[in-house]
Amino acid sequence: MASTFTRMIAGRYPAALLASLGAGTVAGGLLLSDSALFAEGKRSLYPPSADFPDLRKHSNCMAAALTPAIYARLRDQVTPQNWTLDQCIQTGVDNPGHPFIKTVGAVAGDEETYEVFAELFDPIIKDRHNGYDPRTMKHPTDLDASKITNGVFDEKYVLSSRVRTGRSIRGLSLPPACSRSERREVERVVVTALAGLKGELAGRYYGLGDMSDKEQQQLIDDHFLFDKPVSPLLTCAFMARDWPDARGIWHNHEKNFLIWVNEEDHTRVISMEKGGNMKRVFERFCTGLKQVEQLIHERGWEFMWNERLGYILTCPSNLGTGLRAGVHVRLPILSKDTRFSKILENLRLQKRGTGGVDTAATGDTFDISNNDRLGKSEVELVQQLVDGVNYLIDCEKKLEKGQEIKVPFPVAQFKKY
Amino acid sequence: MPFGNTHNNFKLNFKVEDEIPDLSKHNNHMAKVLTKEIYGKLRDKQTPSGYTLDDVIQTGVDNPGHPFIMTVGCVAGDEESYDIFKDLLDPIISDRHGGYKPTDKHPTDMNFENLKGGDDLDPNYVLSSRVRTGRSIKGYTLPPHNSRGERRAIEKLSVEALTSLDGEFKGRYYPLKSMTDAEQDQLINDHFLFDKPVSPLLTCAGMARDWPDGRGIWHNDAKSFLVWVNEEDHLRVIAMEQGGNMREVFRRFCVGLKRIEEIFKGHNHGFMWNEHLGYVLTCPSNLGTGLRGGVHVKLPNLSKHAKFDEILGRLRLQKRGTGGVDTASVGGVFDISNADRLGSSEVAQVQLVVDGVKLMVEMEKKLEKGEAIDSMIPAQK
Repeated sequence: MASTFTRMIAGRYPAALLASLGAGTVAGGLLLSDSALFAEGKRSLYPPSADFPDLRKHSNCMAAALTPAIYARLRDQVTPQNWTLDQCIQTGVDNPGHPFIKTVGAVAGDEETYEVFAELFDPIIKDRHNGYDPRTMKHPTDLDASKITNGVFDEKYVLSSRVRTGRSIRGLSLPPACSRSERREVERVVVTALAGLKGELAGRYYGLGDMSDKEQQQLIDDHFLFDKPVSPLLTCAFMARDWPDARGIWHNHEKNFLIWVNEEDHTRVISMEKGGNMKRVFERFCTGLKQVEQLIHERGWEFMWNERLGYILTCPSNLGTGLRAGVHVRLPILSKDTRFSKILENLRLQKRGTGGVDTAATGDTFDISNNDRLGKSEVELVQQLVDGVNYLIDCEKKLEKGQEIKVPFPVAQFKKY
Repeated sequence: MPFGNTHNNFKLNFKVEDEIPDLSKHNNHMAKVLTKEIYGKLRDKQTPSGYTLDDVIQTGVDNPGHPFIMTVGCVAGDEESYDIFKDLLDPIISDRHGGYKPTDKHPTDMNFENLKGGDDLDPNYVLSSRVRTGRSIKGYTLPPHNSRGERRAIEKLSVEALTSLDGEFKGRYYPLKSMTDAEQDQLINDHFLFDKPVSPLLTCAGMARDWPDGRGIWHNDAKSFLVWVNEEDHLRVIAMEQGGNMREVFRRFCVGLKRIEEIFKGHNHGFMWNEHLGYVLTCPSNLGTGLRGGVHVKLPNLSKHAKFDEILGRLRLQKRGTGGVDTASVGGVFDISNADRLGSSEVAQVQLVVDGVKLMVEMEKKLEKGEAIDSMIPAQK
């Protein structure tokens, strides 16, 4: 069972509980300490304007949203776990822009980040998620895979299908902020829960620090292994600290359901298989997620989720569903057509190289996945991906026969509740 | 991170066993010294500016070991770090600096006239001579910890001090963030430009934050004296020139530093220094003099000699590749410099370089002629 302390903070109002538990004594201590006096002195010597980052050469969502006024109001605030604004935005300050995509430039250190620093994160969320307004809108969650139609693709074109998301354990800080003990606790909670999975989902955990060379090679061959982040987007956000402590990979014996522990999020949950049966991939995804959730509930834990933002994850770009459903698909003729990008854009799909984000496509095979994460449910997004990929395959087939293709009408945006 | 680390108080809710880093695969000074007891004793401490134990050791936790040298594995966030965390840092300092004790006093001698010789290293072998050190400015926290506001204040004060220099030291400041392409190319060609740190030893310690804000290079018109602002230390001061006149390089070094120090003192921001640790810098390996005096020298024969490393050890010198630390030698040319920083003075350390390099060049000449050098091998200095 979760310890007494952690059960308290796993409750519904972590801010209030932590405040009553520790902040009172902390504040009392601070009033008398050198550091409090020093901090006070520094604050007057260095007003927020002295610390405001130089973002003139920057092109990310944080740089577009952060104003000196917002910074001045938020610089001295802290979340209940004592995470600060400067820590949220460090990655965006250190990384002015990305050649392939407009990066977010800010991360959350804990669930309360999105509240305490809402003045900055709300406009970032709006910018990144097509105008979604967390103050007025609600995010729908739907993990009923039976609703998916036409979810089996022509395997002449689709080589593999995959769905991933992330889940955070409520009450524990997120990867940018977590201490070693919190990270180890995430690992303990998740690994204990996964040990309870049965049948086609039964599997095994491999701690990154303890795996044998043989196990490591096998995981590389299976395309499962994740490595220490090298992207400065992640390292500047403090996510690689203490590597490889408490990081690991769990996968089922069938090797089509796997979970990354403590990489960019507490957990990344992945369902994948060769071929075009996206429906089955999504079914396994939903079943697996529901079972894992049930198993952690039994021990007094829950996932971070709320009505406004859906599932809470480290990067604001993954809020809502955190879902990226995609395929590796061959589109040799369509990909050379000048209308390809527009077609993808209207279908609300994105292309990546087959090495994942930050890679370029080689040859004719692309990773095609959904653009959106927030404001539409999992079912809606997967259906959108399914319809989109079917459309792309249809275009490819038409072009093979020398027939005409059309750029589709843009897919409707989310319903504004 | 600036202005008080309240995040540390939250971590105190977890037990020592749960928080202590796993250093079982590590090989650096910090990993050798840190015990559960020390971690338990120091984890709730912080310096007045809020620097904590976890901040000190993060770089050592993230970087288990270095192929060429045994790294230190910790950094200071401010002057007080060396005091508040002495239970950890004193043994590391002792380990790194040849048994230096917490009660020892460090001698400072920046009087270049006390150097004997050094103006006659054979330029056929000694291609260039260089002396560098670091200086931290009192009243500001150090690069792993400082806020943007502090870093900019350091830059502003440094630029004021440097641009007021005249005579042989008259020069100009080039801020990294507004340098033109032409200026950048010139600085690269002059071997002056420093770039954003890529070494994880530095990035994991938070020293590359907000790059290139507040960073820059100042150099004199003669291009023989330069200062890096806000790289790994507040200031890195470098005197250099082609050829083997180490004596002149050291003179310029001492005179220039003295002038700079006077200006900072005039602004009530002298250099961080104390009797025990000498000049206080970010990395414990640079305490004392912070001085690395060295030459690029051609030793193709001596470097292949079986006793090369032993000779270096006895002369209290170290070798590096000509790209600096973390590089290998190219074409038999080595960067040879003093190994010591703490416990001996600037003059003494440069003297070791001058005497040692002179001897090694003589050995090289002998080996060229096919003669033996066994009788020349020195006793341990």
